Parts: sequence; C-alpha cells; structure tokens
Amino acid sequence: MGVRLGLETIAARAVGAVSRAAGRGGGTTLPGKLLWKVDPASVDALAARLTSGVALVSATNGKTTTTAMAAKILGQEHLLVWNRAGANLLSGLASALVSTRAADFGLFEVDEGALPEAIWRTRPRVVSLANLFRDQLDRYGELELVAERWRTAVDSLPEWTTLVVNADDPLLAALAEGRAKSLRFGLDDPRHARPTLQHAADSKYCVRCGQPYIYAAAYVGHLGDYRCPACGHERPPLDVAARDIELAGLTGSRFQLDTPQGRTAVELSLPGLYNVYNAVAAAAVAVALDVSPVAISRGLADFSAAFGRFERIPAGSKTIVVLLIKNPAGANEALRTLETGVPPVLVVALNDAIADGQDVSWIWDVDFEPLLPHVGRVVATGDRAAELGLRLIHGGLPEDRLEVLPSLEQALDRGLGLVEAGTELVILPTYTAMLSLRGILTERGYVRPYWDGTT
Amino acid sequence: MTIRVGHLYPEYLNIYADRGNIAVLARRATLRGYELVVESIGIGEQVRPGAHDLLYVGGGQDREQMLIAPDLAEKGAAIREAVAEGATLLAVCGGYQLLGRGYRGRDGSLMAGAGLFGHETVAGTKRMIGDVLLECELEPGIRRPLAGFENHAGRTVLDSGAEALGRVVHGFGNDGESGFEGCRLGRAIGTYLHGPLLPRNPWLADWLLAQALAHSQSGEPPSLDPLPDDLEAEAFRVAAGRARQRGGRR
Repeated sequence: MGVRLGLETIAARAVGAVSRAAGRGGGTTLPGKLLWKVDPASVDALAARLTSGVALVSATNGKTTTTAMAAKILGQEHLLVWNRAGANLLSGLASALVSTRAADFGLFEVDEGALPEAIWRTRPRVVSLANLFRDQLDRYGELELVAERWRTAVDSLPEWTTLVVNADDPLLAALAEGRAKSLRFGLDDPRHARPTLQHAADSKYCVRCGQPYIYAAAYVGHLGDYRCPACGHERPPLDVAARDIELAGLTGSRFQLDTPQGRTAVELSLPGLYNVYNAVAAAAVAVALDVSPVAISRGLADFSAAFGRFERIPAGSKTIVVLLIKNPAGANEALRTLETGVPPVLVVALNDAIADGQDVSWIWDVDFEPLLPHVGRVVATGDRAAELGLRLIHGGLPEDRLEVLPSLEQALDRGLGLVEAGTELVILPTYTAMLSLRGILTERGYVRPYWDGTT
Repeated sequence: MTIRVGHLYPEYLNIYADRGNIAVLARRATLRGYELVVESIGIGEQVRPGAHDLLYVGGGQDREQMLIAPDLAEKGAAIREAVAEGATLLAVCGGYQLLGRGYRGRDGSLMAGAGLFGHETVAGTKRMIGDVLLECELEPGIRRPLAGFENHAGRTVLDSGAEALGRVVHGFGNDGESGFEGCRLGRAIGTYLHGPLLPRNPWLADWLLAQALAHSQSGEPPSLDPLPDDLEAEAFRVAAGRARQRGGRR
C-alpha cells in the first residue's frame, strides 16, 4: 500500500466511525465519498489488492438480493469485501473497500449508470447483467440508453473476463453474442409462464428487426423464452437454468438448478419467481468462479433476505411483512406473491425522493388490478399518498376501502390496528419509505439497525 | 351516450402511465352517465375522420417511437382532417413531438412527423427532467394551473403564430428557454407533461370530455356536473409544491 493511500484509508475509516457514532444511518457512503473525492484512483488500487479478483453485479431489479445471495455462496471459500448495505455507486464501492482490510475477493452490486466506470476501475473477473426494466426514468433516461452504455462497457471488457447474462432478457442476451467467455442463465419451466405479457413489459420487440417477439413462456415482465417470427432471433441455449420450480406462496420456493458441472436441488426461503431469477443469477456468478453445485445449493439454502427487500418483522402479537417496491416489474412480482393469499389489509407507501424516483408515474404501470377486488382495506401512505390513492381507485378499489394517511407512522399504526393478533400486516414501501418505516420499527425495538450486518 | 376514443399505438406508446389518462377519462365519463369506448389504432390501421370524438397519442421509449414514426407520418393527413372537423386530441411527450412537423437529429436529418401541430423538435444534449407547473388559458380570461412531470431531450420550437398550451411557472417547458409549454390547436392539445397528466388535473380531463361530447353531439361543449375531487386536489397540491421546490430552471 502506498503511503498516500494508507493515510487516506485511515482518515476515511475514522469518518465512518464518527458517522455511525452520530447515528446518521450507518455511514455506508460517507467515508467512501471522502476517499472518492480526495483520490478516485484509490478504488483502482484497493481493488487491485484483492488477490482472488472482483465480480460486479448489475441490473435494474434485484441486484441487492442477487449480490447478497452470491455473497452467501462465495463467502464459503473467500474472505469477501462487498457493499452489503446497497451503496452501489463508486463512492459506495470505495466505502466497502476501505472498511475491509483482509479480504481476498470483491463482490459489488453496481448501479446501472455507474457500471462502465466500475468495470474500468476494478478490472473484474466476472460481470453479471441480470435484467433491464424500466426504472426511475427521471434518473437515467430510457432503457435503450442504459443498454447502449452497457454495450460499450461490455465491448471494453478484457478477454479473460466472464460475462454472465440473463438469456431471458433479449437485450442482454444480445450483449453476449459472439463472446467466448460468457455464461447464459435463465428459467425453464413453462408452467410458471404468464398467459400474456404484463402491461409494463419493456423489450418486447426484436433487437434485430423490430418485430414483436412471440413468447413460448413469459416469466417476469419481458423475461422469458422468446422468438422473433420474422428473423428467427431467439433465446440462446441456457448454461445455467432453473427447472422444475415449485413456488410456495410467501414462504419460499424450490427448484432444480442445472449447471455445466451438473444438477443440484435448491431451496429458497424467499418468495416469488423473481427471487428464483435472483438465485439463478447468483448461481451463475458462482459457476463463473468455478464454485461447485453443492456449494451453490448450500449457500442459497443459507440465505434469508437482503436488507429491506423482503422481511418478516415480529411486532408484538402481530408480524409485519415488508416487500420493497421500486418500479413496475418489481412491484408486479411483489403483488404476484400475494395473489395466492390476498391479505385483508395492505399498506402501500409511496415516496418520491431521488432514491424512489421523483417521477411517480410508474405506479400506473403496476398491475394492481388483479388484487384490488379481493383486498379488504388499503392504507395509502407516504409523501405521494394522494397520488397513490387515485391510482388505486382508478384500478378498481372501492373508495370506502381506501384510507389515505400521508404520515408513515400513522399508517403503520392504522395497519397494525386493522389486522388481528397472530396475523400478518403486509407493507409495500418504496425505498426511502422503507428506510423510514424501518427507523420507526427500530425506535420501537422491533428491528436492529441495518449496519449491524445481521441482515 | 358514448364517447368514442381512438387510442393510437397503445402497444408501443405507453411509457409514462398513459393508461392512467385513459382511466381518468373513462371514470369521469361514467360518473356523468356517459360511456367511454376505446378503440386501439395500430400500425397499418386507418384513422377514419369522424369515427372518433377523441384521439389519444401517448409517449414511448426512443426505440418504440422510431418503430411507429413512419406509420404516424402516413396517418398525418387523416389526423389533421379529424381535428379540423372537430375531434378532440390529447398527445403526450413522444406523441406530442411526432405530431409536429418532425424531429431533427443532431446530424441535421429530419424524421417526418404527422404535421398537425406547428412545431419542430430538435435533438438536444441535456435531458430536461423534473416537475412542472403551468398556467393555461384555454378560454379567454379563465386561467387554470396544470401540474405534471417532464422528461425529454428534444427541444420543441413553436412556429410563430402557433398557440402554446400554457405558460411555464416552474420547470423547463417546450425548449427550456421560451417560457412556453405544449401546443394547442382548436380542440387538440399536445404536451410534455405526464405523471400521468389527468389524475391530478381533473379540470383538463373534463375540458377534453366536454369537447369530445360537443363533437359527438355536433353542438356546444356541455357543462359537466362537478365531482368531489378531494384526492385529486390533494395530489395536485403536492405535485405543484414539488414543481415550486425542485422544478427545472428556465
């Protein structure tokens, strides 16, 4: 370590400790911001010291969960440095790198906009691209733009980097075309296909000729087994695949994982088909790093949930189930896990800070409709509660079943008051609403702060 | 009594919650005893002037817009005729751009539009993104606000003599410079504002419905019974506050 880097690292660690001591939210990005400001090249130097290399995980949906799953798998063989609190810009990577001295392997989820620079600075052994859904268009412009940036970034990868792509996403499958070191993952179980593409489906037109794809199976949004009737462009064969998938409502799922090294059974304690995608994405990263199927299965079985994505929080005589929502595709899948047992009371929280997306129009692209006739009462809350209330009424929720309470704390108490002892209250919050709700539950002693590292 | 809506390219142009706008029109029509019948008009299908009281064109991602642009340009004459004989029209974002004369790329090439609105859009380098607040005066002396969200790289320049939808109070508007937003031609309205536009601006939804009814009944726009609109007013209040707080700068 150079003298300069050493001193900066110590200074940044000190700031991190102060930030945590001041109780300002874990200090997960502050010290990195400092280091990042003082000397951006420090990220290159710190990453270069990782003797077993670096893997980067990007996607619009599920990258925090996928990275946390991969950490469970890879942590069996490596001493990891990873950005567990989801700080996924370069400053967040810097923070993680600063905080861990002894690690040999770096595992990072990377914001889709920050991916090109992260690739350039960390020279990763593996880059995983898991999906591209509409997400916070106010921040990134449109899908094509992100895809274009990724294309450029992928073209710049060294030959020895393995590119892992979701073959079920046409735009991403195209990125791996013709690349020698690549792995394609996906789902293969048409029993779980949706009868039609969801309203929010994004990349439904052929990447080569622009004709609409025909789907043998559409699993989540536009992800699935597609074929262009005009030019024949189709999903490539899968190297890593989930087959024989069994979903068990809100409790979890099990499936068979096929890898080039053989088949293994996987049990997940996370609900929904979208988490099967996250698990297969994490497994493919591990396959790229020569981890055995047995170790993959063991790591995934050990996994509970990434911070705030899906949590069951005991609150006195009741349990709070939190499912994070942040864009149409993710919200649709969260709602889909509720379809088998529609909860009597639902709290939905919509904020519009930068981390939530300032443009709230995305809630109109979420398919709330199938759920609304069956739910007993919905409490709409958050800074844009009224907007959310309008969305639900226009989706068919009778007005007398809607309550609009912008205060998150009031909405939480109202929700808890409405469900019976021994049952669950389901809350669907956007990101900053989730943070605030967690803050309230922490004050009440129901959850530990997230920088404890136990989530 | 029915209001016949022609929704252009719903499969392609649906990005900024366009179905929210249609849902608001349908609900507000139903509550007044009218029925909104929505027909989709896709690539290769005809716009038949007189067949619809209201035409709707939404926004899409760049790729989707490129796919429908040549077809929309071909429909130009029929759309101009439909509006000239009194049909109402609402176009949002990409639809608004493509109903002008065209979209000029950075290389100077022009992608032809439908030629309804008197404007041309030029590709810009910096996206104009944020909350917007407008003041509109669709009838002389009656000023009403509109709150929405804009996200566009194109700069739309109105022809001299073309009428804007409104004056920008907070936000960027058509080009970030002129202080105007949108375009209005008789009963046709084009705007960058989504969010979606109509749920939090119910007066504009009712204006469009009244114009559409005037077309279907070949008479004057009727005055519609007022609705409670408490939630709508609250959603507007918050959205307008956002525009004041963090809308783009001219």
